[in-house]
Amino acid sequence: MDILIQHLNKSYGPQKAVDDISFEVKTGEILGFLGPNGAGKTTTMKMITGYLPMDLGDVLIGGQSVKTGALKKQIGYLPENNPLYLDMPVMDYLAFCAAIQGVPHSAIANRVLDMVQVCGLGAEKHKRIRELSKGYRQRVGLAQAMIHDPAVLILDEPTTGLDPNQIVEIRELIRKLGQEKTVILSTHILPEVEATCDRILIINKGKIVADGAPATLRKQAQGRQVLQIRLEDAGVEDARQALASLPGVSAVEISNPSELRFDVQSHPEHLSNREIFELCVQRKWILAEMIPLETKLEDVFRDLTVN
Amino acid sequence: MKPAWIIAKRELNAYFDSLIAYFIIVLFLAFSGFFTWLAGNGDIFFRKQADLNVFFGVAKWTLFFFIPALTMRQLAEEKKTGTIELLLTKAVTDRQVVLGKFLSCFLMVAITLALTLPYYITITYLGKVDHGAIWSGYLGLLLLSAAYISIGLFASSITSNQIVAFLLALSIGIFFQFLFEVIAGGMTGFIGELFSTLSLSMHFESISRGVIDSKDLIYFLSIVVLGLYLSEISISKR
Repeated sequence: MDILIQHLNKSYGPQKAVDDISFEVKTGEILGFLGPNGAGKTTTMKMITGYLPMDLGDVLIGGQSVKTGALKKQIGYLPENNPLYLDMPVMDYLAFCAAIQGVPHSAIANRVLDMVQVCGLGAEKHKRIRELSKGYRQRVGLAQAMIHDPAVLILDEPTTGLDPNQIVEIRELIRKLGQEKTVILSTHILPEVEATCDRILIINKGKIVADGAPATLRKQAQGRQVLQIRLEDAGVEDARQALASLPGVSAVEISNPSELRFDVQSHPEHLSNREIFELCVQRKWILAEMIPLETKLEDVFRDLTVN
Repeated sequence: MKPAWIIAKRELNAYFDSLIAYFIIVLFLAFSGFFTWLAGNGDIFFRKQADLNVFFGVAKWTLFFFIPALTMRQLAEEKKTGTIELLLTKAVTDRQVVLGKFLSCFLMVAITLALTLPYYITITYLGKVDHGAIWSGYLGLLLLSAAYISIGLFASSITSNQIVAFLLALSIGIFFQFLFEVIAGGMTGFIGELFSTLSLSMHFESISRGVIDSKDLIYFLSIVVLGLYLSEISISKR
């Protein structure tokens, strides 16, 4: 089911938490929701689930407004701090969630076992949730969100508290689910978005500041090429001047004089790999390293959200 | 209505899973049993009458203190741990959540009261029993419990602190249990009449004497409906 978010607004007193946000998520898409703390991620997600009322605007899922409350069965939600009934055994808790989400009585036991298997809870299934480690609690949280096989999954920081192996497993699980469901997940772990999401939405101070595939965003922010090179058999000052005088190069910085390392920045829309190589051939310098510096998603994020 | 029942079952299981249920049952039976049979001055053997009026009088006060202990965690705890968010984003309405919580407490009280039925059986051996009065006494206790449960749920819905919820439920309850009657005693005319109508004890006593009047039923049901309605409004504010 597609999610359509139209002019969403929410204020807490005088402070605007969400300021006229509109976007769309298609079925089979995994949307990564990024933003610094307090940007309005959680508020937006709570409004999508219908938990928080919105001041203005609407959220349509499959063409129907969440305000009616009729869509709750279509949504699986994992809240931020993963609140669970700690006194309940895992199996009982999942069965309760399934029953309340309207899973038919005869199907509950099977759904619970499925989820236990999918989320890797086999060894812990008879323990009380209180006795589980944070990572396993997170898995229980994921399991309860998916137990009724919802068309839409809203996951607020799904991988917090997991160890690196578990993070990889959960990412794979989300990717697998994302093929047929609509997934919105929020995080501030940037490699996670690159690994899992088809599309990134960065919000800051309640407004959308970037929207696109991870690669597209990186390219947008990149603008000009930066090459890190290391030479041998050359003089530092001599090399710097020669590099700076190349037509495609806009700036040269000596990053390590003793190792003859330079950062070479090209003019916009210009690649200077070829010129540098030819210069080295001409001067009989050895071009020991030439590494294109990619703009990292971290930089994109920082550029857009620090001001 | 099914979701409310699912919630009620979960809450009831939670009472029996922790020790709360057993603790309350044992304490209730100990208190009411002691004052009904053993206290000497004022107990059944002292009165030499085959009725349960002593028990109903004691239970009125025991329930007054125990019910807030049952209801205090219901919504306050969920608000504190954040599980209320998870619960309300599932396929249930705010009303179903409140009804489910109410139902679980009510069943808990009903089970406790059912365990006092041996008292009833015992007095049938002791003398000639007015069965109607006994059953209407139990009905009175159930209605009184329903009223205090809905007051307790309301108290629990406006705070995330269980102790505050407990004390608040008691302080609202004390007006119905006691203070309205006292105020009514000191007033005359319309105001006296008004407070006397508001007093829960007055209505409870008329039922526990065996007189089931529609006025009393309406009184108890209005408290229940009002309490649950206010709880629903309170949790829908977020």
